[in-house]
Amino acid sequence: MVSGGEWALGAVGGARSWSRRLGWVVADSAVVARRYLAHLVRKPDELVGTLMIPVLAVLLFGFVFGEAMGAAMGLGGDGYRDFLMPGLFALTMAFGIGNTTIAVVSDVGRGVVDRFRTLPMAPSALLVGRSMADVVAALVDLVVLVGMGLLIGWRWHLGVGAALAALGLLLLLRVAFTWVGIWLGLMVRSPESAMKFFSLVFPLAMVAETFVPAEMVPVWVAPVAEWNPLSATVLACRELFGNTAVAGQGWVAQNAVLMALVWPLVLLAVFVPLSVVRYRRLSR
Amino acid sequence: MDTDTAILARGLRKDYRGGRVALDGVDLRVGAGTVHGLLGPNGAGKTTMVRVLATLLSFDSGRAWVAGADVVARPWVVRERIGFVGQYAAVDEVLSARRNLEMFGRLYHLGRRRSRSRAQELLERFDLVGAADRPVRTFSGGMRRRLDLAAGLVLDPRVLFLDEPTTGLDPRSRGQVWSMVRGLVAGGTTVLLTTQYLEEADRLADRISVMDTGRVIAQGTPGELKERVGGGRVEVVVGRTEELGVVAQVLERMAGAPPSVDVDALCVRAPLAGGGGALTKVVRALDEAGLDVEDIALRKPTLDEVFLALTGQEGDGSGDVGGRGSW
Ligand SMILES: Nc1ncnc2c1ncn2[C@@H]1O[C@H](COP(=O)(O)OP(=O)(O)OP(=O)(O)O)[C@@H](O)[C@H]1O
Ligand SMILES: [Mg+2]
Repeated sequence: MVSGGEWALGAVGGARSWSRRLGWVVADSAVVARRYLAHLVRKPDELVGTLMIPVLAVLLFGFVFGEAMGAAMGLGGDGYRDFLMPGLFALTMAFGIGNTTIAVVSDVGRGVVDRFRTLPMAPSALLVGRSMADVVAALVDLVVLVGMGLLIGWRWHLGVGAALAALGLLLLLRVAFTWVGIWLGLMVRSPESAMKFFSLVFPLAMVAETFVPAEMVPVWVAPVAEWNPLSATVLACRELFGNTAVAGQGWVAQNAVLMALVWPLVLLAVFVPLSVVRYRRLSR
Repeated sequence: MDTDTAILARGLRKDYRGGRVALDGVDLRVGAGTVHGLLGPNGAGKTTMVRVLATLLSFDSGRAWVAGADVVARPWVVRERIGFVGQYAAVDEVLSARRNLEMFGRLYHLGRRRSRSRAQELLERFDLVGAADRPVRTFSGGMRRRLDLAAGLVLDPRVLFLDEPTTGLDPRSRGQVWSMVRGLVAGGTTVLLTTQYLEEADRLADRISVMDTGRVIAQGTPGELKERVGGGRVEVVVGRTEELGVVAQVLERMAGAPPSVDVDALCVRAPLAGGGGALTKVVRALDEAGLDVEDIALRKPTLDEVFLALTGQEGDGSGDVGGRGSW
């Protein structure tokens, strides 16, 4: 059935030159990303779902407990809200993991992934495309939250450049968490088991610099709060936005911007290869 | 692999982790432009076989070539030449039918414009134009299956894998799928189809491999397989229980083998070679014995019986969709 000449045709995917391969990875990932973004547009509940918790947190912690928290920390209500917003930005980035995991595990379960795997597309495109879509979704999240912050009196104080750098760090954190989510999605068997897992992770996202400084939590959880990847980003954002900060003594607090770069890069270095290997193993 | 072989497998073995042997040395050859049926009970290894050939699953030993390429050495070449329609619909539920097909076109690297026109062609061909822009989750099972099939045909594959393509479809949708498969084969596509419906294999397949517990236990054309369980049978239904004995005597004399008597159904069955002529003789003999029979019929062996004889179990266990027993 195959004569010599036809192999050349077959070489479309077979021309394994690096630049060509990379070109296909980008092009195919963009197609996959558009698919996930179309989901977001057609089923906005995912977006609303991720935003619900931080928006409620703004109301709850900003106003219901805000005065008390602010008083306890010696900041006052307005000061506490200024302190709070960067924490909520980062928390929202963390909650994105849930959407990613659920999307990946349901795709694998439904067999859509099977179809993708029989196409002559770049094998990594499904995962890369998902992470691209997540960055776009994260941008939407951030726009809504920044708008909300501005409404309740939160401001950036150190110029647009520093503010954009802070947003960049938040997006970097989201990309890193996305790959954690992708890996989890490839590991768990069903969306239900993923949910169970998240009820364990949920408190972990709270034990960070998000709502109170690490200095104010009990001594035995303080290291967790300090070395939580979320904390570095929260502290770095407070620094770059020029928001109220509670002078931290810890090493992470002293090197927040550096750690806000290191932590996501470490997570990426671990979870990108793990996810790719796991994806390949779907053929076992 | 010669030019008129579309699929060739030699000694395929697959153990899933956990020690289950899903394929136990399977050999298969499918001629180009033919329909080959993989028939077998639940757990026989049909899906495993199809997934191995479609580059979705690695295997432990053996070799396989599909559409001229080795599935292990050059999976990407295989992927450009095959279409795969899995046991469960693999289309995006949120996107519309059109967006689905366009997306798959892009991932086959057809380019934007070609993807768009190909999607339109397929929507027309699969009678989905009216619903093309609705989200797939609002589709009926039959529509979804048709879309799934269309998605497997975006690139006009040389080899198409269909894993239980009509399970759960009503007879009408099932007929539509069958005629689509016939159309494809007329156009030169090779089809490997798994099914638990014997009727489906009988109607569509040029050749059939019967699988059981990871092995091919019989191979041949539907006709050859039927011959393996012998010729036809005569069935005589009488009005009263007392007549059963006499009928059995007559049939034993004619057939030369002891008939089986089903008292509940008031029916006597016996093997009978010689077709219509032999049947006439049976009718005459019964008439001479002064018997007034309610019904008499000559039955050809069915693939169902072949299946039963080969695997020692009932074929179509679910038995939900028509056809069984009527052929
Ligand atoms: N992912 C898996 N892990 C472990 N064992 C598996 C897996 N998939 C299938 N098996 C086992 O391999 C054997 C063959 O399964 P397969 O799905 O190929 O059968 P099948 O003929 O397609 O059955 P069905 O008619 O039910 O679809 C079965 O014993 C099954 O339990
Ligand atoms: Mg199966």
